[in-house]
Parts: sequence; C-alpha cells; structure tokens
Amino acid sequence: MMASSYNAKEEDGHVAVPVGGTIKNKKPDNTAFKQQRLPAWQPILTAGTVLPAFFVIGLIFIPIGIGLYVTSNNIREFEIDYTGTDIDDPCFNCSQSFSWNNTRPCTCALDFSLDHPFESNVFMYYGLSNFYQNHRRYVKSRDDSQLNGDINSLKNPSKECEPYARNEKAPIAPCGAIANSMFNDTLDLYYVHPNGTRIQIPLSKKDIAWWTDKHVKFRNPGNNPNLTAAFQGTSKPINWRRPVYELDTDEENNGFINEDFIVWMRTAALPTFRKLYRIIQKKNNMTPTLPRGNYTLEVSYNYPVRSFEGRKRVILSTISWMGGKNPFLGIAYITVGSVCFFLGVVLLIIHHKYGSRNNSADIPN
Amino acid sequence: HSFFPSCLLIEEERHVRANDRNYNDKFFYADNHIKTSKYNVFTFLPINLFEQFQRVANAYFLVLLILQLIPEISSLPWVTTTVPLVMVLVITAVKDATDDYFRYKSDQQVNNRQSQVLRGVLQNEKWMNVRVGDIIKLENNQFVAADILLLSSSEPYGLCYIETAELDGETNLKVRQALTVTSELGADILKLAEFNGEVICEAPNNKLDKFKGTLYWRGSKFPLDNEKMLLRGCVLRNTDWCFGMVIFAGLQTKLMQNCGRTTLKRTSIDKLMNTLVLWIFGFLVCMGVILAIGNTIWEQEVGRSFQVYLPWERPVSNNNAVFSGFLTFWSYIIILNTVVPISLYVSVEVIRLGHSYFINWDGKMYYGQKDTPAEARTTTLNEELGQVEFIFSDKTGTLTQNIMVFNKCSINGNTYGDVYDEFGHKVEVSERTACVDFSFNPLSDRKFTFHDSSLVEAIKMEEPSVQEFFRLLALCHTVMSEEKNEGDLLYQAQSPDEGALVSAARNFGFVFRSRTPETITLYEMGTAVTYQLLAILDFNNVRKRMSVIVRNPAGQTKLYCKGADTIIFDRLDPSNEDLMDTTSEHLNEFAGEGLRTLALAYKVLDRDFFEEWMTRLLLASTVMENREQRLADLYEEIETGLLLLGATAVEDKLQEGVPETIACLTLANIKIWVLTGDKLETAMNIGYSCNMLRDDMNEVFIISGHTAAEVQQQLRSAREHILGLSRVSNTADEEKTEMFSNDSVFEETIIAEYALIVNGHSLAHALEPELEQVLLETACLCKTVICCRVTPMQKAQVVELVKTNKMAVTLAIGDGANDVSMIRTAHIGVGISGQEGMQAVLASDYSFAQFRYLQRLLLVHGRWSYFRMCNFLFYFFYKNFAFTLVHFWFGFFCGFSAQTVYDQWFITLFNIVYTSLPVLAMGLFDQDVNEANSHRYPGLYRPGQLNLLFNKRQFFLCTLQGIVTSFLLFFVPYGAFSLGVRADGLHLSDQQSFAVTIATFYFICLFYCFCLRSCYCIGLDTYYWTAVNHLFVWGSLAVYFAILLAMQSDGLFSIFPSQFPYIGTARSCLAQWSVWLVILLTTAVCVLPGMAVRFLKTDLYPTLTDKVRRLQKASRKQGPREQNLRRVRRTSSRRSGYAFSHQQGYGELITSGKNMKVVHLHLAPSDKVRALCKQVRDGLAPTSEERAPF
Repeated sequence: MMASSYNAKEEDGHVAVPVGGTIKNKKPDNTAFKQQRLPAWQPILTAGTVLPAFFVIGLIFIPIGIGLYVTSNNIREFEIDYTGTDIDDPCFNCSQSFSWNNTRPCTCALDFSLDHPFESNVFMYYGLSNFYQNHRRYVKSRDDSQLNGDINSLKNPSKECEPYARNEKAPIAPCGAIANSMFNDTLDLYYVHPNGTRIQIPLSKKDIAWWTDKHVKFRNPGNNPNLTAAFQGTSKPINWRRPVYELDTDEENNGFINEDFIVWMRTAALPTFRKLYRIIQKKNNMTPTLPRGNYTLEVSYNYPVRSFEGRKRVILSTISWMGGKNPFLGIAYITVGSVCFFLGVVLLIIHHKYGSRNNSADIPN
Repeated sequence: HSFFPSCLLIEEERHVRANDRNYNDKFFYADNHIKTSKYNVFTFLPINLFEQFQRVANAYFLVLLILQLIPEISSLPWVTTTVPLVMVLVITAVKDATDDYFRYKSDQQVNNRQSQVLRGVLQNEKWMNVRVGDIIKLENNQFVAADILLLSSSEPYGLCYIETAELDGETNLKVRQALTVTSELGADILKLAEFNGEVICEAPNNKLDKFKGTLYWRGSKFPLDNEKMLLRGCVLRNTDWCFGMVIFAGLQTKLMQNCGRTTLKRTSIDKLMNTLVLWIFGFLVCMGVILAIGNTIWEQEVGRSFQVYLPWERPVSNNNAVFSGFLTFWSYIIILNTVVPISLYVSVEVIRLGHSYFINWDGKMYYGQKDTPAEARTTTLNEELGQVEFIFSDKTGTLTQNIMVFNKCSINGNTYGDVYDEFGHKVEVSERTACVDFSFNPLSDRKFTFHDSSLVEAIKMEEPSVQEFFRLLALCHTVMSEEKNEGDLLYQAQSPDEGALVSAARNFGFVFRSRTPETITLYEMGTAVTYQLLAILDFNNVRKRMSVIVRNPAGQTKLYCKGADTIIFDRLDPSNEDLMDTTSEHLNEFAGEGLRTLALAYKVLDRDFFEEWMTRLLLASTVMENREQRLADLYEEIETGLLLLGATAVEDKLQEGVPETIACLTLANIKIWVLTGDKLETAMNIGYSCNMLRDDMNEVFIISGHTAAEVQQQLRSAREHILGLSRVSNTADEEKTEMFSNDSVFEETIIAEYALIVNGHSLAHALEPELEQVLLETACLCKTVICCRVTPMQKAQVVELVKTNKMAVTLAIGDGANDVSMIRTAHIGVGISGQEGMQAVLASDYSFAQFRYLQRLLLVHGRWSYFRMCNFLFYFFYKNFAFTLVHFWFGFFCGFSAQTVYDQWFITLFNIVYTSLPVLAMGLFDQDVNEANSHRYPGLYRPGQLNLLFNKRQFFLCTLQGIVTSFLLFFVPYGAFSLGVRADGLHLSDQQSFAVTIATFYFICLFYCFCLRSCYCIGLDTYYWTAVNHLFVWGSLAVYFAILLAMQSDGLFSIFPSQFPYIGTARSCLAQWSVWLVILLTTAVCVLPGMAVRFLKTDLYPTLTDKVRRLQKASRKQGPREQNLRRVRRTSSRRSGYAFSHQQGYGELITSGKNMKVVHLHLAPSDKVRALCKQVRDGLAPTSEERAPF
C-alpha cells in the first residue's frame, strides 16, 4: 500500500551488502574456455576432402592387398587329416578301439607326398576341429596360481578347477578341465628317401611357447630341482598317463614349464584351431628343409575325438613376415580398396551431376 | 530439541505468552533454528545410498552384482560391475554431499545472524536462539528474524514500513501498524519486559496474507490480523526501530512454510532416455533368450558328446540341457550388461553441469549495470532450451524496464520533445543526442534527460500555459517526497508514471518539495509556494482520472485534473474545441510511437460553489448507504467545464533489444505469448512497441466477453474468420493443403497474420474445460497472443493448457512474485534477476538480468546443449552396442556358453575410464555452428523443436549401426585370425590374443570414428576439435595402451596371478604386423560406408546446418558481418494506453496524514476548510482499498 519508490533500484538499490564486505564484481572471466571460444579444428566433409580420401584409400589398399595375397600364396602349407573316420583311413582302427585305459599306444602311419619343397623353417601344427576350448566352463577351469608355482594352490587347487580339482582327496596338479584334456598324440615325421629308406626328420620342441608364458606365467612349484619331490602329494590329471613331472626328461621342459603343456593351456578362441607342435629347423642354405618327395607321418593315437565328431589334423607350414598362410587378409584388402576406388568414382559422378556447389546463396534468413 | 513432541501433536491453536519462556516451552514450538540440509555426517551414507539405489539403473547393477555371486551363473568376476557401480555411486555421492554442504553453510549463515532479544535487558543473540514469545528489537534495514507481532515502533501511530520483496516480490513499501495499546509501550525496556500479553492464534500455515489471532492483555481482548505482523524475510525500512513479539519461529514461519519442495522438472530427453533404457532391457532379455535357447540346443547336440573333455556341472548333469539354458540366460544377462549404460546417467549429468557452467560464465549474458551474470539454477534442463516452442512472457519488468520516462508533451497546441536538425528534419533520438541543460534549476534531478530545448525556453519565457501545465504535474499526484539532505529530493511514487511526471515538473522548475495532509509546497522557479490541498478526488478504474483541488497563496481555488484523454475530452469546456482537436492529433502521434498518454486540464473554482460542494461531499461521505456512488456523482459534478492544458507522453521504456529479440525468436519459430496483469491498453501498447502487434496485421481480435457464452461466441467467430480467410488464400496452393492435411502443418500455412488479445475475466471463462480447446486452437492460429489482467493462477493455467495439449516445450519468463506460478508450471522457468525482489528468480530454472539474453540462452546455449546432448546419447548408445554385441556373435562360436570376448578388466574399465572422457569432451565442447551464426540463422533452431536429432528413429538407427559395427568387429578378425599365426610361427588364435586384438580394434575404430567424424554414426560426432578434445581423445588412447600393457605386465601378474592372466598377450599381439593390418582394415570397413553416406547427404541434400557450416568456413577470414535487424518504427493510428496504473485509496492516506512523519504546518488554512477536511477524512477513513489485480 505504501509508495513504491520511483525507480527505486537505482537510488537505494536495496542491496543488502554485508557490512564491511566489498562488492565483488561478478563479471565472468573473459577467457576463451569460459566463453566457449577455444580455438578449434573443425573438419567439414566436402568434395575436396572426401573424394581424394576415397581414391587415396583405394590406391593404398589395393597394393597392400596384392602384396599380402602374394606373400600368402608364397607360403607353403600342407595339411593332413588323420582322424580316421573312414574305414580306409590308416588310423581308423585306432580311432575305433580307443579307450583311456589302454596301456599300449595305438600307432598308425600316414603316407603323403609334398609336391613342392619347403624352403625355410617349417612349423608343424596339430589342428583340432569342433573342439570347444573356448567354452566358458572350460576356459575358467584352471588355476593360474597353481601353474605359477604357488605351493598353496598346488595343495588346494581353486574351486574353478572342479570337477578336476581333486582325485580322491589328493589335489590334482595341474588341475582343471583344460589340463585334463591335454593333447597327447605323438607325431613323428619320416622322409621316405627315393631309395626307400626312412629318415626321421628331427623335430625341435624348443621355443614353441610364448616367451612370457614359458618364463613368467608358468613356473614349477618351489625351488626344488627335483620335480618329483616338488609335486609330492599331488595326483596326476585323470586322463593323463604320466604325472606332470614326467612329461619330459629335459629339466628345462618338464613339469608346468613343459612347452607342449603351455601351448595347450593357451586356450583357442574358436572351436577350430591349430597349435604349434614342433619346429623343423632349416639345416643349411643348400637343401630345402623339406625336399619334394614322399613322407610318412607316424602317429601314436592317444587322443579321442570321435565321440564329439572332432577332427585331428597335422599341418606343415612355412612362415612369412605376416604369419602363416592367410589369403583372407589380402583378398579383403583388395576388395575394400577396389570398392573404395569405385565408390570414389561414383561419388565423383554424383557430385558433378547433382551436387550443390553453390552453398551460401540459398540460405533462408 | 522440540522436534519429537511437535511431530506427534498436531497443533490446532497457538498459545504464546510474551516474556514467559516456561509457559511457551510447554508447547514445544519450533525454535528459530532452520535446517534445509538433508544429511549430517552420520546419516549421509545410508540415506544417500538408499536414494541412489532407487534409480533403476543403479538397482539393476545391484541385482547384477548379486547374480554374479552365484558361481553357476557368474560369467564375469564381480569386480567388473562393482568398479563402475562404485565409481558412479561415489561421483553422485560427492555431488550430493557438496550440494548439501552449501545448504548447510547457508543455513549456518542465516542461523548466526544477530538480533537483539529482550531478556530483562536487550542482549544480542543469534537468530537460532530466538524463541517463540521473545520480544525482539529490529532496526532499520534489518531482516525480520521470525514471524513477529508488531508491538511498537519509532513512527507515530505505531506504524512501520517493510519491504516484502523476498516474500512476494513486491518492492513497494508496505505499512504495518501496531495495536494502539501496545504502541504506547514505545521503546521503554522496562515496560516491554513486563509485557505479558498472551496471543492465541492460528497454527502455522503458509498463507502469506492472512493471519487471525487475539491478544489477551490486562483483561481485554484485541483482535489481530495480518496488518500487525512482520513476517520472516521482510526488511524493515524507513523505520528507526520497532519491537515485536515472536509468534512463529524457524521452520514454522510463513516463509519457511512456503518453501515447498519444488517438483522436479524432467526434460523430454530424460523421458526418452528412460524409455530407451527400458527398451534396451527388453532387447537384452531377447538376446538372452535367443542365446539361452542356442545354449540348450548346443548342450543337447554337441555338449552332450563333448563331455569327455567337459563334463556337465552338477545341476545340469541329470541330462537336463534346458536347465543349462536357463543358467546361461542369466550369465548372458550379466555379460551383456554393458548395453545398459550405467555411466549414462552420470555422464549426462556431468555434461549438463558443464553446460550450466557455460551459461554462468557467459560474458555476453552478464549485465554490467547491475552486476548480474546469468545463472543456471537448475542443471538438468539445458538441452530442453534447444526445443522451446512457446514462450510465455510477463510484461512489466520483463519486456519493459518498469521505468517511465517523460518523453513528449503537447502544451496548448504545441508539441515538445522532438528534436530537429538545422534543416528541420526530425532527428532520431539516441544516446548521443544533446540533452537539455537543467543547470538553471538547482533542484533538478540529474538523471532526468530531455532533448528538446524549446520547452525550457518556453518555461524561461514564463508562458502561462506552460507554467500551468507543470504546476498541474507538480500538484496533481499522490507522490511522497523525502528530503534527506537539502536539495536531495527523493520521490516515492505509487506508480512509475506519476514519478516520471512529477520528476519532469521538478526539472522544468516546478519542484514538488514537500506535503502535509493539508498543504503542498512547490518551488516554482526557485521560490517556495505553498498550496492548500483541499481535496483529492482519487483515481479509480471507472473514473480513469484524478483531480486535486488546491488553493494558491493568492486565494484562488483551482481544480487540476489529469486522466485518460477520452474521459477528459468529454468534460472540457466547449470553448476548448480547437485546442482539443490539435491536442487530439498530437495524442495520436504520441500513441503511434507507443507512448502512454495523459490529458491535463484545470478549472478555476468559484469559492462559494466550492464550499457548498464541499459540504455536500462531507455529507455524502458520512452516509453509509450508496456512498461510493454518491461520491462519484459529486466528483463528476465538479469535474466539468474543464480547460484543456495539454497532454503528456510517457515512454514505458522497453528493455534493451526487446523488439529485436522477439523478432529473432519469432524467426526461430517460437511463439511468444504475453501474459500480463496490466490493463488491456497498456498491454496492447507494449505489444505495438515490441512489434508483436502491427498495423499491417489482418485482424486483431479482442476477446472481452463477460459470460462463457459471449466468450465462446467471440472465440468461435475469430477462429472462423481466420480459417475462412485462409481457406480462400490457400486455394492457390491447393496441392500443398492436400499434402499437409496434418493440423499443425495447416496452422503454419496460414499466411495472414492475426493477433488475439484476451482479457482476464474472459480468460477465466475461456479456461473452463468446455472452452479451453477453442481457446487453444484460436490462439495457435494467431501470430501474437496477449492476455491481460491475468491473475498469477491464470498465467499458470494458460501455460498448463499449452503444455498438456500441444506437447510442446514451454518456457515462462517473468520477474515478479506474480510470475512464480507460471515459472513453476512451464517446462522451463526463467527469472529476470536484479529487478523486483527475488521470488521469481528463486522459483526459476535460469535467471538473467535482461530479456534480450533469452535469445542467446535459447539460440546459442539451448541449441548447443540440445545438439551436444543428442550427439552424446547417439554416440554413447552406439559405442555400447558395438562393444557388447560382439559377445552375441561370439556366442555362436563358443557353444553359447556366455564366454566373454574381452578381458574382464577391459569390460570393467571400458565405460568409465577408456571411453568416457572423449565422449564427454564431445558432449561439452562440440559446436556445429558458431554463436554468431546461431544468432544470424534462427532457422537452425528448428531441428530441436521437431526433435529431429535424437528420437526413437535415431535410436534405432544407432542400434542398427551398433549391430553392424559389432558384426564387422567380430567377423573381420575372425576371418583374419581363425588360423592366425605369429610371424615367428607361434599361434595367435588363442582366446586371449583374440580378446586383446578385438578390444584394440574396437578401441581404435571408435577413435577413428572420432577422428574421421563420420563413421557409422552418420554425421553425429565431433564437429569441433578443441585442445581439450585432443587431450581427451589421445589421452584415452594412451591410457588404454598404458593400462593394457600394465595389466598384462609381469609385475601385476606376479602379485595376483589369478586376476591378471593376460600377461604378455598385448606385447605379443601388438608386435605383429598382421594385427595392425587387420586394425587398419577393420577401421576402414567401419568408417568408409558412413563417410560416403554422409558425404552424399551433405552434398545432395544439405541441411541448413551444413550450409551454414560451409559458409562459416568460407568466411572465417572475413570476420562477422553486422546483423541488420534494426528496430522499425511503427506508424500506427491506434490510440495508446493512458498512463495510469494506480491503486485507489491512496488519496485518503495522504489527506489523513497517516503516512507522514513530521507535520509542519507552514500556513494555517481557514478553520472552516480545516474542519471540513477533517470530517471528510474521518468519514472516509476505513474504506477498503480496491487493489488492482496483478
């Protein structure tokens, strides 16, 4: 009801400034950050940038693709399936009569011939199909502490290893389904000399596992050089014929640090996989590692795959800078490169025919 | 202390006895300690956690955590969900805690204010120690500590003045008066200490304008009402001291009772986000079911025979593959949890917080004159600022400055106020135009400016009509003057118009110096002249004029009258006709410029006639029956045969840049409705000066019916008029109408411009359920809608009407307490700060000092916020889909066993550490179009209103792209690595290598998306690379590789061999050429198709944004061009509003002398008149004031 002071704000301002408090200017800082004026790079898709990009990518990808394809094609690879599903297969008998309790290994021999010599180091892989090493329950069924030589875990394997943690009270070493199902076929390779003699080809089992696995991740328990003592009180995995400390006679390749074991323990990502088995070292520059000719693969058939329709293969392969034979990458590069180039052409045509070159004139205000 | 019992008892009546603590303590009233903070040190954790787990996403992750503890199901170690969950909880908790701490600090500050409490003697106490029943002393300009009953004050009659700005936003002073019995206590401490009256009154409530109670003292009863109460939050003004007794304290005061929890506003994006999260849940369950069925079949067909190497677990072992499927379902729910983005809500909040800071920091929204920066008071609504379709604006103080400026006048047929150059051309008045020099007048107000010097010359020439003109202005008003120092005059006017007029008279040498109930003292050209004030014929809405009858020292009795031109013209003496015509022309001219006008007239009264009339007035004023009418008749009788003096034109000053802002916002397709409490004329007037109403509009409909039927009829006819006409105009483009039969589009095809003006009382009818649809339809057909004489409640109703029926985002902007309801109702409330009070600002979501900043808030900040938020959401969902669905594809190769593709640590850190910062940087700094262009092309605002950037369709698109990307991410490496071998012949296709490579692919691919700014998220990624973006993007990449190598290092492995089994994998993989080749390939395959599509789109169908961006790039060096949106002066023939916004009853207050401090009678009026005046006074005294509605 009382008079509102005319233009009151300027006169008394009713600024209830705390006594003694200085009036601080509330003006925001004029910095580029606060005013959102940070210098910025602002790319724009224009014909000038996009079309060259397509052509350039096309031009880069196609040669890479061709290079990869040629490299891949130069790699020698030979693959032989020894599962023995057909009655004619040499290993058919072994595969049929399999049982875990066999004390006498079943052996079979496959003959094959190489049409081309393998020049450099040859890597020998075993391949399994339809084998689900990537199944969740399978993958987790291991105890990394135990494999790392932890005494405690050796005696008390992790629960993850169930049902392969203990064998009648005794802890299993190495525990778990992965270790239990370790591949245990023995493969030997013989060169059949044209004169009929069989020459065994030396297979190196050194350096087939990753360095970190061999030297860091896997360690034998204790510092006991006597592995038998170190593994005292443990039980061998149920499917194994021998305990872990008898995998090899070489001290450096026995127990948990046996390279075959380590390779197996690195589980495959897909149900069809290959793992490195042996390396055939090139002897000298004069002769190829594997000359053209006939060979015999001798298998002591221990590993059953028939029950789940698995397949077993042996692969011999040379290596290039990009790894093994893999035409996919080369083809993919070539395809992508060509598509890119083609797209570039198409876009160029479209741009020339319909594209909007005048851009500012038609902005409605 | 008193908390517990007062909870149990519901107080019905309050008994308070002054100075009697023991008595008052019995009732356990709340003390004056206030607490608005939610937590304390001990309750923080449990309460805050409880609140946080009420969120669906958080609760979901808690459930996941529980699922993960079941070993048969757990497909991920529990850390993977715990780490993100804990981080999210901690971030939120820290934010809540800081907020609460600031609330606590402000509570503390208020609680520790000092006040003087009477405890036998006066002593200083903290506010929080004030109790109900205490007597406290207040001094001038102090805040009132609690709701107190006024006992006595320094002013006569126990009056005191308060400013209630914090309560209701009104800055005008209000009077409170103590009971006579208590006011006699004065400042006598002893008497006050003995005072033992008991007050019995209503229980605490939130009604600010009502109070009922009774004081019992010395055996008598005294009724108490609101006029005797000083409420907490008020400030004592113009009163040296006063004493009061505390009735309500602390949380029970009316102020605190009014601080209701404001309803939490949510944006449409928020709602959409919630829906989408639910959909994602659905999607998740679907995938889970598919994979579970797959698992059942796989276990049945393959897993059964694979048992040689992998026996079934015990629960499954009884040949039940279905059960295995059931378990797998849950396992997959855990694995795929990353599709439900846990960090979504946190990230969204961080982004919004950032945007709010940008608003607070904006130097272009800082108003230097009042030192008020813009403030985002809510941090949750920013992106909605980019989608506003309707603005509801208050008028006074929002569009206008509420400052009236005496601009022009017409005196005796001559106009003054225009400036002409030497060639006789009219000159546009600007800041630089020379001002008239008023130095001849020592009492002039230096703030007053006038540009036409001819008026001063006329004054100096002592032209009688000019003198009379200003004498009238100096006499005929209800302004109070205050003179603190000699010559330092301060006018307190009831309406700003009056203040402007009296100030003008002051500067032109007719200084209103002081008044008593019976006299007015002027300094006319330096000499003091005291007039006897004989009568004030007060203003009311019907009369639309006011008059004073004064007697000058020469003994001449004169009546001075000012009022609306039409009213005055009717009462002129016939001899004035010629002058009336010229003045009328001038008035039209003034009105055309949007000025508020008043016509001035006077009359010399015959002494005998006047005294006879006065007697009759006295008689009429004592009659109980029909008094108002009889007074009005008497007034009418004497206000005839007036002599016209001229007219004034007052400019209701618009705030700076209002017309330009409105024009720009209109171009952005935002509809602006003005809702004002002001009169129709004033509102229209402002409508014209803001360019919202124009003469070239086809029709301006005015709805002013008094009954529902009338209103309906008027609305219908208006609507038919519009539709009928537009149908004719639309026949030309018949196809268009056919194409867009849709209603909303049809509305827009109306080319003709209409305006709708609704009066308050009609609005009351129109808002009834039967009519509201008609109102809405009609209103939406019009370009401009103005509602006048609107109550605060109606403002809210109008907003609600549009909000619920149009599905559009509404924004309300206002400055006063009467806008609070509207501000609360609208989606977004904006308060104009630095004006009247704080109420509107406190209720608002955003506040700034000037209306024109709205343009920047919406077109720049709003648009950017919306754009950034949409991009952010798109990208966020996309990255999570692309990330998670890889597991789905992998399911087909791992026997649907819920095996993860990635390393558990990658999953754990992915959302929070690896990918959050670049996306956040994008959400914070991205700018598609710079600010200058945002202003220049308001059309850029359109996509926000249509909700084009992120909607369900966009979500599907991004889901689809996510699926495709995940497909490529999985199958390209699959093709390349299924038989992969390292360059040294060692195998590379193992689980861990695969995990690392896919994760790295994914990661690099994601960053390529950022870099090439196109990828699959068509055009929706970083447009704008600041140093921060660079830092975050490359930093994240670096962090990724650093963490990757650290996690897989020998050191960590040797400490926790079972937690970090990936040792050496990264080193082994990333050293391979083939891995990098595949990364390059995957990225190219992911990015290129999107780039092509995007290019085609911008090339063939460029959006406005694309064009502006190109233009922006092209013209970067040229510098910004001046925007040419100059204010167009309208030419109008319409009659403008007259300058009066008074309340009735003010004249009585003056003649009764109640509001005058010191009564010095300079001149003894004749006894008879004095007696008459006194009798009139007493007769009139307690009338009810007609309060102007808001």
